Amino acid sequence: MLSLKGLSKRFGGVVAVDRVTLEVRAGEVHGLIGPNGAGKTTLIHQVSGSLPADTGEILFEDRDITRLAAHQRVRGGLARSYQVTSLFRRFSVLDNLALAVQARSGSSFSFWRPVAAERALFDEARDIAARINLKRVDVPAASLSHGEQRALEVGLALATRPKLLLLDEPMAGMGPEESKRMIDLVRRVRETVTLLLVEHDMDAVFRLADRISVMVNGRLIATGAPEAIRRNDEVRKAYLGDELAA
Amino acid sequence: MRILLVALVAAAFPWVMHALGQDFYTSFATRVLIYAMAAASLNLVLGYGGMVSFGHAAFFGAGAYIVAILAAEGITSLWIAWPVAVAGAALAALVIGAISLRTRGVYFIMITLAFAQMMYYVFISLKAYGGDDGLSLPGRSSTGLGVSLSNDFVWYYLVLALLALVLFLLHRLLHARFGRVIEAIRENETRATAIGYPVYRYQLLCFVISGAVAGLAGALIANQTSYAGPTLLHWVQSGTLMIMVILGGVGRFWGGPIGAAVLLVLEEVFSASPLLGPYALHWQLPVGLILLAVVLFAPQGLAGALAKRSQ
Repeated sequence: MLSLKGLSKRFGGVVAVDRVTLEVRAGEVHGLIGPNGAGKTTLIHQVSGSLPADTGEILFEDRDITRLAAHQRVRGGLARSYQVTSLFRRFSVLDNLALAVQARSGSSFSFWRPVAAERALFDEARDIAARINLKRVDVPAASLSHGEQRALEVGLALATRPKLLLLDEPMAGMGPEESKRMIDLVRRVRETVTLLLVEHDMDAVFRLADRISVMVNGRLIATGAPEAIRRNDEVRKAYLGDELAA
Repeated sequence: MRILLVALVAAAFPWVMHALGQDFYTSFATRVLIYAMAAASLNLVLGYGGMVSFGHAAFFGAGAYIVAILAAEGITSLWIAWPVAVAGAALAALVIGAISLRTRGVYFIMITLAFAQMMYYVFISLKAYGGDDGLSLPGRSSTGLGVSLSNDFVWYYLVLALLALVLFLLHRLLHARFGRVIEAIRENETRATAIGYPVYRYQLLCFVISGAVAGLAGALIANQTSYAGPTLLHWVQSGTLMIMVILGGVGRFWGGPIGAAVLLVLEEVFSASPLLGPYALHWQLPVGLILLAVVLFAPQGLAGALAKRSQ
């Protein structure tokens, strides 16, 4: 579904992403792990279109999207969430979701008809709120708890009806209880959407992912099933260390 | 309810002033209405779009100069001059916006300021059209309908009707899809892109619409004073419009009109009245202090404070 071919990104003298070749198959949850500074988020930025690729190609459903603008990729079915929660904080939860629904349903160069009259937008926004388990939809996004905000973050991406969703550390900053709820949410999402999941919570990644890729210093050093990754010597040495040996 | 009251006062104003023998104030009120339109146009980009344009005088002045230059060339018809003024200002906004919107933050403020100052110097150097001295109009635009705009009553009602129309259209736009998108971009540009909006296009169109409305206000101010001068393009003019918006309420629907009215009335009271005697020369001081108080105690502007009180 998504294939990266020799993707690179340099920042001055630092090679953040170094000739990464990676294949995400339709229907899978593909975990992407690696130590801090390995280049995972830079890679996500490149795939989503917020950073240009220096070299290499990005193919999405066999189409070359390397030069496509970020918003065009979203319309093509490639959405993302952010590691640092990125919402319309002063808008209500419902308005947040309705805006994302609006983005992909018809033109928004519309200057006369009030949005409030478009019931379809808000009906769908309510559906998504229910899917991500948000009960309070009329409060500003900023007033939600951290866990709820993270769920809304995923909800905004879902509202664009993606085929592939890039989740950048959805469990970031969560306690065990919130993490558990997020894992449940990701499990439900994966039934309809292919996922590329960047996550620091090893336990979560190994439970959720069908296949895992490991990135170290900008390079992809291994890809495989969770069990194979767990046993891979290079991975253990470079990254997992004692954490899994124990 | 409140809006009906405002409309009623606005409609009755010239008659009341006439009855009191104070026709001067009708002309003053017309000026307020024109600035209300200009400030409302700035509020669209600044308050709703989150684009801090410090060069809005460029479009205001362009509208005024286009009407004046056309008049100097013998074209005084409202039906030609005003649409050309609006289109000209929109075109200027398209060019300036297309370049400026590639930058953000302080750079955006500076580049819009630089463009407006550039236009200022261009018009100062246009000796054929008055240069430093500006350009006088032989009179107000002709309607071709047998109605003369030189009648201050007629003129007042025309300006009032146009302001009402502009505000109505802005209100529609802001509550339609387009308005929601530009507010969303103001709130979080990254996120707006990430849910699929081509941010640049929305911002540019918002900028152009705002420029066009400012151009109309400019055409009106040239008619109001029968004059278009370089001060209309000066950065101080941009600053004045910005102060009006801040005073009235950034991103508040009535922010522009309220700010324009309050600032111009304050100016009038402190600069011309016997209230301060010889100190009237320093009218900026009391006006400045009042501004300071508003910013400190009503950070959402007067419109914001009013909204809070009525809740």
